[in-house]
Amino acid sequence: MSKRTTRILVVDDEEIVRESLVSWLEKDGYTMDTAEDGPTALGKLDSASWSILLCDLKMPGMDGLEVLDRVKKAQPEAAVVIMTAYATVDTAVKAMKLGAYDYLVKPFDPEELSIMIQKIVAQQALLRENVILRKALKRDYRFRDMVSKNSSMQQLFELAKTAARSSSTVLVLGESGTGKELMARAIHAESPRHAAPFVAVSCAALTETLLESELFGYEKGAFTGAMTRREGKFEAANRGTLFLDEIGDISPKLQMDLLRVLEERRVTRVGGTESLPVDVRIVAATNRDLPKAVHEDRFRQDLFYRLNVITIHIPSLRERKEDIPLLAETILERLSVEMHKEVDGLSSEAMALLVTHSWPGNVRELRNVLERGLVVSKGPLIQAADLGLTLSPAKEVRPAHPASLAEVEKEHIAMVISQTGGNISQAARILDIDRVTLYNKLRKYGLRRDGEEIEET
Amino acid sequence: MSGVRLWWMAGGAADTSFLSPAVTAIGSVYKLPVRLETVNARPDGAFDPRRNQHSSTRILNWLSHHYPKGATRLLAVTDYDLFIPILTFVFGEAELNGKTAIVSFARLLVQDGALIPRDRAARRLAKEAVHELGHTFGLLHCKSYRCVMARSASLKDVDMKEPALCSDCTARYAETGIGKEPSDE
Ligand SMILES: Nc1ncnc2c1ncn2[C@@H]1O[C@H](COP(=O)(O)OP(=O)(O)OP(=O)(O)O)[C@@H](O)[C@H]1O
Ligand SMILES: [Mg+2]
Ligand SMILES: [Zn+2]
Ligand SMILES: [Zn+2]
Repeated sequence: MSKRTTRILVVDDEEIVRESLVSWLEKDGYTMDTAEDGPTALGKLDSASWSILLCDLKMPGMDGLEVLDRVKKAQPEAAVVIMTAYATVDTAVKAMKLGAYDYLVKPFDPEELSIMIQKIVAQQALLRENVILRKALKRDYRFRDMVSKNSSMQQLFELAKTAARSSSTVLVLGESGTGKELMARAIHAESPRHAAPFVAVSCAALTETLLESELFGYEKGAFTGAMTRREGKFEAANRGTLFLDEIGDISPKLQMDLLRVLEERRVTRVGGTESLPVDVRIVAATNRDLPKAVHEDRFRQDLFYRLNVITIHIPSLRERKEDIPLLAETILERLSVEMHKEVDGLSSEAMALLVTHSWPGNVRELRNVLERGLVVSKGPLIQAADLGLTLSPAKEVRPAHPASLAEVEKEHIAMVISQTGGNISQAARILDIDRVTLYNKLRKYGLRRDGEEIEET
Repeated sequence: MSGVRLWWMAGGAADTSFLSPAVTAIGSVYKLPVRLETVNARPDGAFDPRRNQHSSTRILNWLSHHYPKGATRLLAVTDYDLFIPILTFVFGEAELNGKTAIVSFARLLVQDGALIPRDRAARRLAKEAVHELGHTFGLLHCKSYRCVMARSASLKDVDMKEPALCSDCTARYAETGIGKEPSDE
């Protein structure tokens, strides 16, 4: 059973040693391969993962201890057994310190070899079972595509599942990148409306007039350029869910229009006269402090009440650091499928680095860092250095000669965006411009809002 | 004649009474005729003076070069103590999915340093002969310790098993289709 997946690599410069080990062990049903020196063995680590390496100590060029050291870094789960012609306590101790599983003196007693290999196989099977067990547990930490083991997040998942069954409006709050859109999609997927469309509108990306026709549609001739009639997102989302993202950014006029739609459940196209009934569940989201905006008269109180029926406030990532390993593993699995690049996971130092980072850009920033790590990584594990989480986030490299104003602006925007982990409102605040302007500048300079596709409008 | 050729490569003429359990077991397990022959030729260069043992792999090579035409399989029985370079000793060796195999009774005659009755040793030899031939038919080591294809890393392993295939290994052997063709005598 487990034998079929047990892969053993024999590393020895002597051909007869390689051949005799292969012919002995292949009769146990193990998958065998050989390497005649250290570099060849290390090359084989890139292409496959190994359960056991039987590695000669004395080899010309790279010796067994160096191979061991490198293997332990690249594939920590692999059991490395050092083989040598003479037992020297010194090297034995060194090998064990470097993480060797055991140390065998050639020639081996057949029983000793077979017992050792069986022991390794059994232990690794146990480890694999643990991983499967952990995966089963992970499933319970899940709400659709969202994962979390944080207790307040779990409560939110429960609340969201209940809310999903109704058609009540849901307001999702939380810093940028905390998963507000993912939550909105999960609610839709969990709801009886899941077969109908989920339509997302980013309210901050558009000017007032554009957003208005985007939401409500327009009649032919409603304004210059309105050559044909177009349906709005409310109509497109009929029987489904309309996700109003960055709702905190809409203008007073639109706030009023929206309030009317929510009250009447009817929309009137721009330039139109009759109103059409719409059956839409609204999920709105913002990373702004809405109550404060209401208090400061920047957001209509009546609209706030309309939206604030069920509130889901997603905590920032630094308030739930216990989620970082789980999120990192989950996101990495998804990324590796998307990017067709396989990795076994993160090295322990890399994971430690992730857990200590403060994540101003929350889960999106984590995703971006992992994406970079996946692209850069060479071995089966992503190493700490692959993550590019340097101490100073600012770019050190500057153009050697004076750059144009536009170049400096582009450079500066890119830096601020990356510092905020793609958090647009935070970046806009730092730059002291509004979000629409920032979106326009991103488009102008061809800068991507990192890690996320720009919402189709 | 097709079937298993059993070459006696120990001193003197083939010891038929000692070999009889092996001949019977091979015939009944693999449903093949067994022909016993005394072979006096010995391979050169198989002896390792440093280890004072013979290389089973070298003997297998030699057997391949002297393979009798038409034989289904060739199994040599020797009194040499055998080794493969990485192990202190082996009871025998076979080419997986090949044609040749060898077993040695050098280590089968004793228990804890004392000679055992000859019929017990002959039974051990029968098991190891069936085992090595099993490898030539593509059989791997079996998890059932009573099956003849269980790994033989020690005398304890040998004594625990029966000179027969378990039902799984029997089914696997049947898949090869060998032992089913009508005898061509
Ligand atoms: N709990 C989670 N489990 C798995 N992935 C998550 C989770 N939370 C967020 N993500 C991922 O993080 C990224 C950002 O999430 P999302 O776009 O939903 O955040 P947001 O709160 O809408 O951000 P913004 O306010 O900037 O629009 C996405 O790739 C999302 O899949
Ligand atoms: Mg969002
Ligand atoms: Zn065997
Ligand atoms: Zn069996």
